[in-house]
Amino acid sequence: MNQLEQQLIDEYQKGLPVCSRPYLEMANRLGASEGDVVSALSRLKQDGMLSRIGPVFNHKKAGASTLAAMAVPEDELAAVAERVNAFAGVNHNYAREHKFNLWFVVTAPDQDQLQTALKEIELSGGYKVMSLPMVKSHFIDLGFKVKWQ
Amino acid sequence: MDEISQLRLRKAIQDGLPLTQQPYLTLARELGLTEDQVMQTITDWQDDGMIKRFGLVVKHHTLGYTANAMVVWDIPADKVDDVGEKLSACDAVTLCYQRPRQLPEWNYNLFSMIHGQDRETVLQQLAEITEQNGLSSFKRDVLFSYKLFKQCGGQYVQALKRPELKRQSL
Repeated sequence: MNQLEQQLIDEYQKGLPVCSRPYLEMANRLGASEGDVVSALSRLKQDGMLSRIGPVFNHKKAGASTLAAMAVPEDELAAVAERVNAFAGVNHNYAREHKFNLWFVVTAPDQDQLQTALKEIELSGGYKVMSLPMVKSHFIDLGFKVKWQ
Repeated sequence: MDEISQLRLRKAIQDGLPLTQQPYLTLARELGLTEDQVMQTITDWQDDGMIKRFGLVVKHHTLGYTANAMVVWDIPADKVDDVGEKLSACDAVTLCYQRPRQLPEWNYNLFSMIHGQDRETVLQQLAEITEQNGLSSFKRDVLFSYKLFKQCGGQYVQALKRPELKRQSL
């Protein structure tokens, strides 16, 4: 990863400029050209370093969401995960080391649609869904501090 | 801006901004809005907290942070706010939420996340956090991830009854 790519990750996980030429403004601040910034971002995206450039929405204000878990026999896990992933509202689906071994976030436009989605996921997945909606956040998301080697 | 336009803009940006010279103008043209309307709405959403953070969203795993532990804690109700504050102040902690217990199978009410370059580092960080904040008497469990099946932004806005927007998004 080159220096500009590292700087972009260090400086712009928050506060992306909202102006007509945001990549130019970023370029000016980092002492690069607009074209360099755009190609660096494009490379980071292509290499899978970024999931996107854009908003992280507040779960509570943006709609309804929950963290859900299933206890699935290990030999069925990949197949169940695939069926769960087929739902558009599912993101961040991980296998974790626990009896509850499949953990995923479900989002929906509102609470009713979220509950419907959870029921459908349970039916399609074939295992009971445990839903653990956020009660309170203690965390202010400022991005992730990468320790460059 | 009307509600449908707001929803369409949310849908258009939830997967990322386009990598054009004037990304807000690109969005505006797709949505039949002006560049100023798009920029103003995004600014308003940041001001009112609808958008928590606006920028590069990294994938920890590809950046070399392959160990990802969800550390869950069983904390009494009168202490959970305090412990939540302490955990969220730790550098290594990347998320800290209270969630309900689901008895009898799930007895943890505080969730924190630690991303590290390897498992040993994460366990070491957790030991330090536990020690420094006096948390060793609380029951906890560490759920390392061992496979990533899906990772994308929250799809809050779905299936709008308008033509789908097709473009390369970042």
